[in-house]
Amino acid sequence: MTRPTLTTLTLAALTLAVLLPQPLGAQVTFERLLNADDEPHNWLTYSGNYNSDRHTTLDQITVDNVDRLDLQWVFQAQSLQVFQTTPLVVDGIMYITEAPNTVLALDAELGRVFWRYEYTPSQESRPCCGRVNRGVAILGETLFMGTIDAQLIAIDAVSGRPIWQTSVADPGAGYALTLAPLIVKDKVIVSVAGGEYGIRGFISAYDPETGEEEWRFYTIPGPGEPGHDTWEGDDWRYGGASAWITGSYDPDVDLIYWGIGNPGPDWNPAQRPGDNLYSDSVVALDPDTGELEWYFQFTPNDPYDYDSVQVPVLADFPTQDGGTLKLMLWGNRNGFFYVLDRETGRFINGQAFIDQTWAEGLDDNGRPIFIPQEPGATTYPGVQGGTNWYSPSYSPSTRLFYLSAWEGYGSVFEAQEAEYEEGRLFLGGRPAPPVPGGALPSLARGPINTWTESAGTGAVIAIDPATGEQAWKYEMTDVTSSGILTTATDVLFTGNREGYFHAFDARDGELLWRKTLGGMIANGPISYAVDGRQYVAVAAGNGLFVYALRAE
Amino acid sequence: MQRGGHGWGAAALLAAAGLLTANGAAAQQTHAGEYAQADINYGMQVYGETCVACHGPDGDAVDGVSLRSGQFRSAGSDQDLMRIISAGIPDTAMPPGDYTASELAGLVAYLRTMGDFDPSDVTVGDAASGEALYRGKGDCASCHRIGGDGSRIAPDLTDIGAARTAGSLAESLVDPTSAMLPRNRSIRAVDNDGTVYSGRRLNEDTYTVQLVDENERLVSLVKDDLSEYTVITTSPMPSYAETLTEQERADVLAFLLTLKGMNR
Repeated sequence: MTRPTLTTLTLAALTLAVLLPQPLGAQVTFERLLNADDEPHNWLTYSGNYNSDRHTTLDQITVDNVDRLDLQWVFQAQSLQVFQTTPLVVDGIMYITEAPNTVLALDAELGRVFWRYEYTPSQESRPCCGRVNRGVAILGETLFMGTIDAQLIAIDAVSGRPIWQTSVADPGAGYALTLAPLIVKDKVIVSVAGGEYGIRGFISAYDPETGEEEWRFYTIPGPGEPGHDTWEGDDWRYGGASAWITGSYDPDVDLIYWGIGNPGPDWNPAQRPGDNLYSDSVVALDPDTGELEWYFQFTPNDPYDYDSVQVPVLADFPTQDGGTLKLMLWGNRNGFFYVLDRETGRFINGQAFIDQTWAEGLDDNGRPIFIPQEPGATTYPGVQGGTNWYSPSYSPSTRLFYLSAWEGYGSVFEAQEAEYEEGRLFLGGRPAPPVPGGALPSLARGPINTWTESAGTGAVIAIDPATGEQAWKYEMTDVTSSGILTTATDVLFTGNREGYFHAFDARDGELLWRKTLGGMIANGPISYAVDGRQYVAVAAGNGLFVYALRAE
Repeated sequence: MQRGGHGWGAAALLAAAGLLTANGAAAQQTHAGEYAQADINYGMQVYGETCVACHGPDGDAVDGVSLRSGQFRSAGSDQDLMRIISAGIPDTAMPPGDYTASELAGLVAYLRTMGDFDPSDVTVGDAASGEALYRGKGDCASCHRIGGDGSRIAPDLTDIGAARTAGSLAESLVDPTSAMLPRNRSIRAVDNDGTVYSGRRLNEDTYTVQLVDENERLVSLVKDDLSEYTVITTSPMPSYAETLTEQERADVLAFLLTLKGMNR
């Protein structure tokens, strides 16, 4: 044995210094975000990692012991709005938002609050569908929150004090921010809601230090830009195409992927002839410049409000010749499941995951073949879609894609001419329910389910991306707005509007465990660990519930 | 157990109420010593910016109102005055105004003391000089933070000029403990392994305490795991009574009063 030299000692000391916690709190660098899978005890972005697969490699909770989950703590929100936030967890600290725009830092182990920052949105704000927020992003020691009055606010993660505020858009014209921002490199990326107000949607990036806007990509091309000819006259000025869900990022091809919402007016396609790009599309953008690399449109000239605001799930599949297919998996609101090549946007495969009546199928390019609907006919899926913004999950362990689906749910679409007026709803008709009596079952639920089998049912569906075939399905009485989490140990967690939080075997859909939490689940469950103990957190009603295994 | 013990409390309350009434009556007649000089000076500054155009330098330019003599049309108490300054008086030329709590406190202090005010007694100095002192001689940023700059060990000052009155800020500079909010108290804890934690308390309950420690990290402790736990009631901030001159403290105060939060 030789004595260690000075050099090796120094190296050892340096290594130790690197491994020790940083003295200035949790500095979440872009490198850490890139390698989020290397620290599964944390949940660093809205969808857990840049692939947005909502899959944890924490392995303490398994199919064999999940029935030993025990409630650890509950956080009760002061707000009665729907709790849609996905928490972030950074080294034992949890950051959540409370609707509309309050941020809190909690001890992720005990649930106690370090600080609370409350932003009061302008009275001008008019989000169409709830004064909600889906969470924050973190870079360095700064949190970023979009607000329902279309502001972007930087907040110190240690003190909870605001650092800067930037106006992203005019709330009086119907713009709002409800999504969690995404950090890519040195930029904070957000996009706007407001598709029911005749906005012109956009995705934009900001300097995290100053709040200066760095680029803006309009989701409707302006005059002279490619795609502008998919609109007539002035329709592009108020054609909607909002983007209210966080996108994904592939560092290898260096593209961000973002889902785009419906064109406006929502239900009168004849009033806006053309394909209406880039509504109901996924766009791939250069994160440094916001320039469009490619797009794929799911529903051209959409008559049914089939927003493509799903989270783009990125997955790599091995090919028979030893290569890798870089795929994008997409369960769309229009009821079809798509597999795209995320390097080029090429359509690879697609088929319906629910019974639908609006399209004969997809052509070789993935474009839907429309079936004209008779007046008064019920179109499936209905206006809320076969799925929606509810976060799906992909498990590299089972190689299955999981999503929350609505089945047997239709709407009778009635188109009307709409006149655009800034700040007013711009809908172009209405979607009526096919239910006898005509009353639309309430989307918000009390303790009694008004949404019977005649209106539609919910399901968790597992799809094999290699074949497009359904691997299994778990049916529920009420529809669901819950996101999905899978684990490396093949447990799948999800919830539903009935207030159940339940766990399944991700391989075959067998129900393993359930708890009733007494309120609708409308966010995505996450998993994290503190001091080596794995936790699962989910919001239900107005509370956040956190579980871990009890000792045997 | 003696249930009759409550009578003692009621008597004390009555006595306290009596004292308050006596003080209130006295305050109607003379305001000498009732308001902090820093509030009065700050109020004069705000008055000069927002009130003087209508009310005049001596407070008597509006018919029926003599601010200097304490003659008001509609205000009796300080609370009345603050409400009128904030909300204005409908159907008159008196407009509503968006004032911070410290501006309101200053305006009331100045209005109540205009009659015997000595403008040579400078307690609110020059903000630009104050900012230089904050960053230089005072070394305030080594503990405090404004916007994204400075340390988080001590309370954030981004909106301190709106949240605290000029009087309490002036007091903080010379006697930090007297003006420290109990919620900002420091704590010192030792866990069963001998690890020492010290920092500023953020939240506390029966079983746990949350703090920001000396390394600016958020720390959460379970009291059962501690062998020692102390809430320190003296402020760790040094007094600037000796290290800054009166003029310098006035300048720092002027700077602090410009800190009205991110959006102001």
